[in-house]
Amino acid sequence: MAEDIKLEIRNMTKKYKTGDGVENINLKVRKGELVTLLGPSGCGKTTILRTIAGFLKCDEGEILIDGKRIDHLPPEKRPTAMVFQNYNLWPHMTVYENLAFGLKLRKVPKQERDRQIKEILELVKMSGMEKKYPSQLSGGQQQRIAIARCLLLKPDVLLLDEPFSALDAKIRSQMREELRKLQIDLKITVVFVTHDQEEAMALSDRIVVMEKGHIVQVDTPANIYENPINKYVASFIGEMNFIELEDKTIAVRPEHVSVKSGEGNGIKGTVRAVMILGHYVEITVDSEYGIIKAYVPNESVVSYYPGESVTLSFSKFLEYPKDEKVVM
Amino acid sequence: MTLGLFNPRRWYYILGRKKITELIILCVFIVFFYGPLIHLFILAFADKYEYPWVLPREFGIRWWEYVFKQKSLVSSMSLSFTFAFLSTAISMVICLPAAFILSRYNFKGRKLIMLSFLIGNAFPKIGLYTSIGIIYYKLGLMGTFVGVLIIHMIESMMIMIWLPTSAFRSVPRQMEEAARDVGAGPVRTFFSITLPLAWPGIAVAAVFAFIASLGENQGTLLVGLPTYKTMPVEMYGVILDYPATAGAVFALILMIPHLLLLLLLRRYIGPETLSKGFKMN
Ligand SMILES: Nc1ncnc2c1ncn2[C@@H]1O[C@H](COP(=O)(O)OP(=O)(O)O)[C@@H](O)[C@H]1O
Ligand SMILES: [Mg+2]
Repeated sequence: MAEDIKLEIRNMTKKYKTGDGVENINLKVRKGELVTLLGPSGCGKTTILRTIAGFLKCDEGEILIDGKRIDHLPPEKRPTAMVFQNYNLWPHMTVYENLAFGLKLRKVPKQERDRQIKEILELVKMSGMEKKYPSQLSGGQQQRIAIARCLLLKPDVLLLDEPFSALDAKIRSQMREELRKLQIDLKITVVFVTHDQEEAMALSDRIVVMEKGHIVQVDTPANIYENPINKYVASFIGEMNFIELEDKTIAVRPEHVSVKSGEGNGIKGTVRAVMILGHYVEITVDSEYGIIKAYVPNESVVSYYPGESVTLSFSKFLEYPKDEKVVM
Repeated sequence: MTLGLFNPRRWYYILGRKKITELIILCVFIVFFYGPLIHLFILAFADKYEYPWVLPREFGIRWWEYVFKQKSLVSSMSLSFTFAFLSTAISMVICLPAAFILSRYNFKGRKLIMLSFLIGNAFPKIGLYTSIGIIYYKLGLMGTFVGVLIIHMIESMMIMIWLPTSAFRSVPRQMEEAARDVGAGPVRTFFSITLPLAWPGIAVAAVFAFIASLGENQGTLLVGLPTYKTMPVEMYGVILDYPATAGAVFALILMIPHLLLLLLLRRYIGPETLSKGFKMN
């Protein structure tokens, strides 16, 4: 492959004493790529991240950075840096001291240290905060400093474990955008963990969808959205209608459902609710196959009202075998 | 004029039954609690205090001068502080590493070990000292400095294990991991992150150990006499041999370090640190 593989995980297995853990993980992350591990809580995302960072030893398999094995190294010897969900900053140190700690360990002279810290604080929009203690900062500000602390050390791979999930929605999406911009500008390789599919879609070059300790699908956000490999992925990413037939399940995105007034060729139903969501409208239809949601453009909707008989047809749909169970 | 502000019935109706009960209990408590203290103060500063006068006829610091002129009393003070300082410092050196290990590794029998540190305090002390006395005679530790020091350390070891163990436990692992992550080894992580974060709990333990050592008397009396007489031991003699006024002065001096340390505690460490310190988990 011509591509530059920065991080590679080969056949990695890590089991806890309880039997939980991750199994048979294979993943390649390209240089400058942002890959997200996505899955519900408890599916093993943190476990993978911690084996990369060195806080967990893998039972089997290899972890390589730039083609060199790192799985035998303790965390302090690995070229990775990790941002945790909470407890990021050391509360007994000022912002400056938090940032300087790693640089001091690397014997960076004081002047150079000060210059780099000033620069990185500018980059994360926290200039002039050197003397503050973490408890004097908001959650979002603390996370900025935590990210700055990692970036300062120019890690080969930056690891982020649900870094924004403790923040409120508005700041979260702002931080997301800023992180993405930083990552592209600085061309850093990032493994990002989240259970929030929207966050994963917004942020990632590629998404790794996980289920119960296994990787289910790895692809770009668009491809995963278009072609979820199974019912589980289909249900986890975006909105999806599932229609249970005798021998198979049909999955339809709401934007691929078209609605016509009156009787006709297709699935019959009655409108249950109409909700205007900006430039499109969500119509909930009580059909012979259960509740089906449709997104239709705003202008074409004026006529629909609750109780009205309608006919549904699908412009695009996916089929999955019947026996699979969706775990959600 | 006839409002009768001092009429108890008015008070009763103004405050209500519950309040008035509380008020009475408070008054009784204050009398019991502060009464002896006030008496002590009066005694300590009474230059001339004779029957049948209720209050001293002259106040002054005559007895303070007197006490500070007694060589044995002054030397007992410095001895007390020497023992308190040394026993606290040594038990810190011994116990902190043990506490760290107890906090970080969940091996079998961990709880048993924790409980075993309480056993020394579960029996009447005098029984413990009798058996210690027997051992001391065999080892020739009776009446020695080291012998007394060990007695004082028995007091402080329990607290020096329990409080720091939970202090170390309450340091989030991720704080340490973040340090390892930016390149600090385990030792550096301990001294730069874990120890400073556990420091309040450790300081509480040190203060308690210090106070316990200052107050230790039974054991010191048994083991240390006649060479090593600390302040509380000296107190026995003072009660017997000196006038009550000198005793009062001495008692106040004994109180000062406790007060100072307790004030420090209140100033720097919240009650939750204390209550957390005695949880076993
Ligand atoms: N230290 C541990 N000991 C035992 N089981 C653990 C430990 N850490 C995590 N687990 C279990 O392993 C599974 C995966 O956990 P984790 O990687 O934290 O999931 P996620 O980050 O996706 O929420 C979960 O079932 C969790 O309960
Ligand atoms: Mg997690």
